[in-house]
Amino acid sequence: MSTDSHGVSVRIDGCGKTFADGTRALDPATLDIARGETLVLLGPSGCGKTTMLRIIAGLELPDPGGKVLFDGKDVTSVPIERRNIGMVFQSYALFPNMTVADNIGYGLKIRGVARDERAARVAELVALTNITGLENRRIDQLSGGQRQRVALARAVAIRPGILLLDEPLTALDAALRDRLRSELNRLLRALGITTIYVTHDQAEAMELGDRIVVMRKGGIAQIGTPREIYFAPRNRFVAEFVGAANIVEAPMEKGELILPGGRLPVGGETTAANATVMIRPESIRVVEPGAGSLAGVIDTVSFIGDRQRLVVSGASAKPLNVDAANTIQAKAGDRIGLTVPPEALRILPSED
Amino acid sequence: MSQKSFVWFCLLPLVVVTTAFFLLPMGRLVVAGAEGPHGLAGYLAILTEPRYRATLINTVLLAAATTIVTLIVATIAGMFLQRHRFPGRSVLIAMLTFPLAFPGVVVGFMIILLAGRQGLIGDLSNRLLGEKLVFAYSIYGLFLGYLYFSIPRVILTIMAAVQKLDVSLEEAARSLGAGPWAVQRDVVLPALAPAFVASGAIAFATAMGAFGTAFTLATNIDVLPMLIYTEFTLAANFATSAALSVGLGLITWLILALARSFSGSAVAAAG
Ligand SMILES: Nc1ncnc2c1ncn2[C@@H]1O[C@H](COP(=O)(O)OP(=O)(O)OP(=O)(O)O)[C@@H](O)[C@H]1O
Ligand SMILES: [Mg+2]
Repeated sequence: MSTDSHGVSVRIDGCGKTFADGTRALDPATLDIARGETLVLLGPSGCGKTTMLRIIAGLELPDPGGKVLFDGKDVTSVPIERRNIGMVFQSYALFPNMTVADNIGYGLKIRGVARDERAARVAELVALTNITGLENRRIDQLSGGQRQRVALARAVAIRPGILLLDEPLTALDAALRDRLRSELNRLLRALGITTIYVTHDQAEAMELGDRIVVMRKGGIAQIGTPREIYFAPRNRFVAEFVGAANIVEAPMEKGELILPGGRLPVGGETTAANATVMIRPESIRVVEPGAGSLAGVIDTVSFIGDRQRLVVSGASAKPLNVDAANTIQAKAGDRIGLTVPPEALRILPSED
Repeated sequence: MSQKSFVWFCLLPLVVVTTAFFLLPMGRLVVAGAEGPHGLAGYLAILTEPRYRATLINTVLLAAATTIVTLIVATIAGMFLQRHRFPGRSVLIAMLTFPLAFPGVVVGFMIILLAGRQGLIGDLSNRLLGEKLVFAYSIYGLFLGYLYFSIPRVILTIMAAVQKLDVSLEEAARSLGAGPWAVQRDVVLPALAPAFVASGAIAFATAMGAFGTAFTLATNIDVLPMLIYTEFTLAANFATSAALSVGLGLITWLILALARSFSGSAVAAAG
């Protein structure tokens, strides 16, 4: 296995993008990516993830003033073919007129690597990506998952300094996606290449990312580790986009939220006419009626297998989503009590 | 009426038309070719008689050269026109495809206007070099006319094929280090191969059978359709002209079949 770490560090310096037709796809953004780090660009469709990736790749020029630096060197005007990057496209973009082996070896052939050495490297990657036996197939004889592996093998064959992946798993069905995700994770760790991974799937972002950049409408909403993004979202958009979240808006008095179902301690002594608070469904505990700080009535119970999702009304102005253990006996119409540890509550700025 | 007989019923008009306008005259032509003084050997004359053979070779070479040059010119122009937006682009496309409707006679006429005895090129070279350059009536004039005739047809096919190219394939090749030439060689041209075969076949067959241009230019070199015409109308040599006609069709078909089978593997691979 190739454990040679050959990643470079990347700096994006004030890179914005306005397309010829006037579309502002990306506000000027500055971002540092450490050598060997896996950075995930996460955001809804159309928020500018691909644009950012293409600027780093050299397929798109940033607006004047923006700079892209690899290991401190300005590469803004260097074309993609001389940036030594590996790229995996959402459609895989495998060459239909070449076999699997020729696809994987293409970058090496262009670099003038001798035939024997090339064959050895291709064999190494075929083994690494679990596609042994498919070397001489044509691309249209491969399944979606196999194509994804070939695309990855082709991109890393050239020992790139940076690996760029644009939604590489989106085209696959859910079960395959889960399996390939963990396989990809293992591979990226083993290769140690600096990786930038675009996705709109938060589970993918959490598992793969050392850090996540949450994007929204061409801007960066928050940068942080998966834990920071999940537990300490900086605003309502991030809270709702990453994971499930109850957003509660209510007046606050001396560190307690005043809710229809009771008073919920938040901690501290703050008083505010209107506070916005995030509560993750799994941080709410179900207790006996009358106990706990909130009282409510179960609207619906959805059994999901590893847990059950309750929708509880009466506790807050809007129904609350509560994740309860799958062993609890609960049915619609039951009165229950709820407790939330103060540290699980997150006060959000009340903009938007 | 059963499903099967219904299909046959629908096919009936096709059968009638094919028989009346295709099979019968073709059959008659083939028979006529063998009705000369030499019988079936009349067909062999196409290859053995020096004048016929020279004409045949001329025609094939001219058609092949036309096809190759047309493909090169149309590919470069079609790629550029499809990929770039600039003022005057639609005017240029209109101009390039304008000759589509012209019959060979008009094309021949234009070649005379360009390179004839009173032509533009002659005037220009006379003024610059003191020598009148006239090539409308030579094989070069004919070649130019054929180009003019086939480029519009091919350019449109190529432009449609370029539009359907997957740009991410080119980007993938570039990300792997391929420069502009390598991208063309390894990605773009293989993907365009089916369009080359299709439009090349049309250009070749058209050039093999073109008559109007050659007739208008009244060249001193013979091409097969001209030969057929002279044998038929001037020499009233029905058998020979029939044999030549069948030969023209057969040879064109054979060369196209060969070209298809050669490029077949490439096309299949380009999927
Ligand atoms: N070539 C272009 N010309 C004009 N506008 C463009 C171009 N490419 C992208 N855009 C616009 O820029 C914005 C950002 O596009 P981008 O492809 O970066 O989004 P994305 O986050 O990758 O979305 P998705 O998840 O759907 O792939 C979109 O509004 C898009 O319509
Ligand atoms: Mg995208």
